[in-house]
Amino acid sequence: MTEQSVNAELISVNIDGKEIQVPSGTTILEAAKKLGIRIPTLCYHDDLCIAGVCRVCVVEVEKKWQLQAACAFPITDPITVHTHTPRVRKARRHILELMLSEHYGECYSCGRNGNCELRSLAQEYGVDGYRFGHVEEPECEKDDIGFSVVRDMNKCIQCRRCVRTCAEFQSVKALHTMGRGINSSIGTYFDKPLSEVVCINCGQCINRCPTGALQAKDYTEAVWAAIDDPKKHVVIQTAPAPRSAIGEEFGQPGVPMTFQMNTALRQIGFDKVFDTNFTADLTIIEEGTELILRLYKNLVQGDNSAPLPQFTSCSPGWVKYIEHFYPEYLAHVSSAKSPQQMFGAVIKTWYAEINNIDPKDIVSVALMPCTAKKFECNRPEMRDSGYQDVDFGLTTREVAKMIREAGIDLNTVPKSNFDAPFGTATGSGVIFAATGGVMEAALRTVLELITGKKVEDFYAHADIIPIRGFEGCRYVELKIPEEVGPVPDLIKHLVPDWDWIKGATVKVGVAHGTANARKVLEDIKAGGKFSECHFIEFMACPGGCIGGGGQPIPTSQWIREARAKVIYGEDNDYEVRKSHENPDVLRVYTEYFKEGPCSHKSHELLHTHYTPRGKFIE
Amino acid sequence: MAIIKESIRNQITFSQIPFGEGLKKGVQLTPEELIKVVRDSNIRGRGGAGFPTGMKWSFTAAAKGDKKYVVCNADEGEPGTFKDRVIFSNWAKLVFEGMALAGYAIGADEGIIYLRGEYTFLRKELEKQLEEERAAGLLGQNVAGKEGFSFDIHVHMGSGAYVCGEETALLEALEGHRGEARNRPPFPATCGYLGKPTVVNNVETFAWIASILVKGADWFKGLGTEKSAGLKLFSVSGDVERPGVYEFPFGITVEQLLKEVGGEGAKAVQIGGASGHCVPASNFNRAIAYEDVATGGSIMVIGPQRSMLDVLENFMEFFADESCGQCVPCRIGNSKLLEGVRMLQEGECTSKYLNELCKLAETMQIASKCGLGQSSPTAFLDIVKYFRRELFSGQAF
Ligand SMILES: Cc1cc2nc3c(=O)[nH]c(=O)nc-3n(C[C@H](O)[C@H](O)[C@H](O)COP(=O)(O)O)c2cc1C
Ligand code: SF4
Ligand code: SF4
Ligand code: SF4
Repeated sequence: MTEQSVNAELISVNIDGKEIQVPSGTTILEAAKKLGIRIPTLCYHDDLCIAGVCRVCVVEVEKKWQLQAACAFPITDPITVHTHTPRVRKARRHILELMLSEHYGECYSCGRNGNCELRSLAQEYGVDGYRFGHVEEPECEKDDIGFSVVRDMNKCIQCRRCVRTCAEFQSVKALHTMGRGINSSIGTYFDKPLSEVVCINCGQCINRCPTGALQAKDYTEAVWAAIDDPKKHVVIQTAPAPRSAIGEEFGQPGVPMTFQMNTALRQIGFDKVFDTNFTADLTIIEEGTELILRLYKNLVQGDNSAPLPQFTSCSPGWVKYIEHFYPEYLAHVSSAKSPQQMFGAVIKTWYAEINNIDPKDIVSVALMPCTAKKFECNRPEMRDSGYQDVDFGLTTREVAKMIREAGIDLNTVPKSNFDAPFGTATGSGVIFAATGGVMEAALRTVLELITGKKVEDFYAHADIIPIRGFEGCRYVELKIPEEVGPVPDLIKHLVPDWDWIKGATVKVGVAHGTANARKVLEDIKAGGKFSECHFIEFMACPGGCIGGGGQPIPTSQWIREARAKVIYGEDNDYEVRKSHENPDVLRVYTEYFKEGPCSHKSHELLHTHYTPRGKFIE
Repeated sequence: MAIIKESIRNQITFSQIPFGEGLKKGVQLTPEELIKVVRDSNIRGRGGAGFPTGMKWSFTAAAKGDKKYVVCNADEGEPGTFKDRVIFSNWAKLVFEGMALAGYAIGADEGIIYLRGEYTFLRKELEKQLEEERAAGLLGQNVAGKEGFSFDIHVHMGSGAYVCGEETALLEALEGHRGEARNRPPFPATCGYLGKPTVVNNVETFAWIASILVKGADWFKGLGTEKSAGLKLFSVSGDVERPGVYEFPFGITVEQLLKEVGGEGAKAVQIGGASGHCVPASNFNRAIAYEDVATGGSIMVIGPQRSMLDVLENFMEFFADESCGQCVPCRIGNSKLLEGVRMLQEGECTSKYLNELCKLAETMQIASKCGLGQSSPTAFLDIVKYFRRELFSGQAF
């Protein structure tokens, strides 16, 4: 509901004989929800603007001959509504039959089998035959050329949720409506494969598609094959966000299932189960050090070759977004690889070395909330170990599918821990999953490194609350105290002292969903307040990784908030909550990256560069 | 410019209205008084839907907005209509004056003519006449001598989709978006062009308003029928001796009209364009008026030699193509109806399936998002109702 309607006058509405007063402007659908009356919807999505195109939600409004779309009808005068008259029921059934007449439904083999909104509605509204025909053969080819998103327009019902998602949430506009009448379709620029247009692989469209028309590329067969191959050492790193959501796949929404998942993954046959938090913490050290260096160079040495503000680099959707839409700002992006890719590089080098495994026999899998990670691990620059650093990115949905396929009930397996040497997780690593999390983790570390004091001295329980929340673009100022500590050993070679930063105000920003990223970048362009920031966190997906394109379907603001709650709950439960206190991370610096963060070796394995792509691709 | 006079077939009132007079009279009134004149004339919109113009203007006048717009719908896309073209070719200034009157009534200072792409050839002449109006003080600052009232008009070219004649699709197109109908409510009167209160009227409606100011609301109200006041321009085409533009009062029967245009002996008349009603010979005593058979002015006469199945195929092809494609009942529904027509042609449509299609057509009428899908099945239902035997025989008789 819009802000205006909060103060709007109250209007009486009667729906199916029940009375309610609603603020003027409330839609019939919203009013019905308040009354507990279900009106079916399809093109409607909680996250998106109203389209009113599928017409499934039509209802009878007294004194109007035509039926009205409940999702789009704002109540501004008292009205009486009937939601299931014979005319309504007949129209709904017709509409569903029409959609089915165009839909090539191979339901048994569809990735959305059991989770398809079209199928449930057909069942719910008594569709009992193909009154207006049925598509027997697919009419167009699947687009499965890219690494992340597969489009099968034979299953598309043109609800346009994907179009709205890509435009409104992501400000990418890779998808749009083409043609007219019977020739209309959802397409890309010149109908090219999605991988050859500006798509950033975020998968947000997948999460909102009601059917199987959009799906993530499925790599489970390849992973099973690796597991089944006795010569292969198959390891899986698991990102924090999937833990907050995998319960949804097993009837336990909002329940953290991290440790049950570990057991299940081992039962499936993974040789080792690691925690991506290890490299989240490593990222914080590398990226935090890079930030300190940039600040020092810009503010003290007047060297702005690596400009401020520094942008985070852990979200591959965001990275591709800036490569396409703002390539002129690429120098701002931290050169630190994402946690997934740092992990990949460390596994096929240091881990292989200390365990005496030939890296060519290692199959490195990543469980991610994300479809863009599939693209990321296939980027040509991500082969610094001498091999493809990460072989397969799996989504939460794919791993849930593997767990089910192995006959495992996640609800009943015992808990178990992560495997060494990447077994200690910190709270800072966990909160990477939520918007603002990377920033909070970085600030926890940077504050302690500079002041030599505990974050807890400044923020109760080390919770930097001002950074949290779901507001799309956030700007926060933090004061560095006058009293600073000595420069810790880890980074002594980089800055001599902290005098130059004491008493300073650190300005940081957070944006999630690339539409918000665009707002921040435009603000920077215009010289607005974000241009004064020192560090900005960008996440391609709304809510951050918890709302990633690989997470269970459906999604909504409410669902994302529930996942965030799980994440902050886990953070709370960890003993070690700051990246620079992670003993595994400290070990990797003493044993492997001996010259410390942002040194030669770490640059070789843990840092990367970007590709300006522009909006027009050859 | 080649003025297309030859297609005017009878005496048309607009010829008697001196340019400038209606506007000058109108701005002497207060906006409220002006709206009252429009209201009292009982004029209903000439674009097809027949919404009372006075009511539309008073809603827009009452709507809050720092800026308001007057839009002239000159998309004239309905098959069989060309009267707006003739009006622009002969009496464009009456339209401009009607728009300025609307601006004065609702408090708008900007008017936009959305001109059908195919009418690009008219643009130069329209621009020239707009310039003349400015020179004559009938557009620009202090319009018609009214202190403080400014109003100007520019022309925006359409680009060829039928649905863009639907007022909200037209507004989308004006804003540079894909031409697709919006959800209504809200209506343009409160939330139109760029979200501002907007009056959208047909070309002819504006010309009549200027005429009403000259000849009086009572004159207009006294013509036509009780619910369909005044005179109306008709675009007559098809199997007739004298096709062209005619002026008749509302209430004329189909029979009378056919006699005037040399169309006696017709088998059916399609009234109101492809989206209108198909009236069979047995019903030629019906009146053309909102009380009976409504129309935006398109009269297509279907001679005895024509196959109704071909006629229907033509209409359904049009709609299957011209549906903007956003909503399911219209996008898929029209193609199913077309498929049905093709099945009939092949002799492969059962009576039972035809009945299913008629039920579907009824759903399209009540569940489509805009007037296109709501009215596209009308001819289908009429033709099935009146010509069922012919449809199944596969040949004309
Ligand atoms: C599919 C469709 C096409 C239309 N095309 C036109 C048109 O070409 N010209 C027009 O004046 N009105 C057209 N209309 C009607 C307009 O939506 C609107 O009712 C009209 O412009 C209002 O003006 P009036 O009240 O003066 O008739 C069309 C409506 C629909 C649904
Ligand atoms: S993956 Fe993201 S960018 Fe690509 S089409 Fe879908 S929503 Fe748009
Ligand atoms: S691809 Fe999916 S979300 Fe997009 S229009 Fe088709 S059915 Fe809707
Ligand atoms: S009724 Fe037809 S033209 Fe109108 S919105 Fe629906 S699809 Fe578009």
